[in-house]
Amino acid sequence: MSEPLRGVVISHAGLAEALVEAVRTITGVSDALVPVSNEGCDQPALQERIAQAMGSAPAVLFIDLPGGSCLTSAVRYARRGGPAVAVVTGVNLAMLLDFVFHREIPPAEAARRAAEAGGKAIRLPPAA
Amino acid sequence: MTIALVRLDDRLIHGQVVVGWGQPLNARFIVLVDDEVRASPWEQDLYRMGVPTQIEVIFASIAEATRRLAEWQAADEVGIVLTGTVEALAALAAGSGLTRVNVGGVHHRPGRTERLRYVYLTDQEAEQLRGIARRGIEVTAQDVPTARAIPLTEFVS
Repeated sequence: MSEPLRGVVISHAGLAEALVEAVRTITGVSDALVPVSNEGCDQPALQERIAQAMGSAPAVLFIDLPGGSCLTSAVRYARRGGPAVAVVTGVNLAMLLDFVFHREIPPAEAARRAAEAGGKAIRLPPAA
Repeated sequence: MTIALVRLDDRLIHGQVVVGWGQPLNARFIVLVDDEVRASPWEQDLYRMGVPTQIEVIFASIAEATRRLAEWQAADEVGIVLTGTVEALAALAAGSGLTRVNVGGVHHRPGRTERLRYVYLTDQEAEQLRGIARRGIEVTAQDVPTARAIPLTEFVS
């Protein structure tokens, strides 16, 4: 890959911004993720926000819920063609932390890896 | 039990509908009225992803929905009818015994002006909503159940 993947985090309200800021605080990496909120958008408007966030780089689109306007807009955008893109839902901090250090792989592989990392983070710690 | 909510929302099936309204209403089916989605299996799959398995999703064209509205109103379980355009909402209102409709989200596009934070309308769309109200149907705007239902006269002069 000549250009590292970009991650676009797409969410309701301010969740994406908060997740991106948390990744920046924890890792110091500030150029890997772009937040997009669906606030005030219908689907065409949200697709435009996604397009602007992606630019020309291949990307993984991280969506908050496995359904709804963020996902439908992301999938519609992905079907328009353009830069290589993969979509993963259920975004959490753990998957983004893994992603920012593994961006030299194809988008589909990065999405699979992120989903696995995010899923592993959902655990029930031993009771105190 | 019947259709508990007839909603205009250009995001169609999304969190406010499924969780915000669907849970308190205990909805067991959602009718998505949209000609394009009705004709597109992959879009139907996409919209189904956002709905828990215990809620049935019915995809209908505007024509199908106007024909079947009475059937859904007589259903044993609670349902939500959802469409994304004022035009489709007006078609539903024209041929049914609806008593109220909900304006849940119509977002900004060129030609529309802001009426509420989540409602933007062209003058023609505003007139179509007035036409629905003239049929004796209560038209209110309310994005989530915990918000106040705002009468049409407060957001369309």
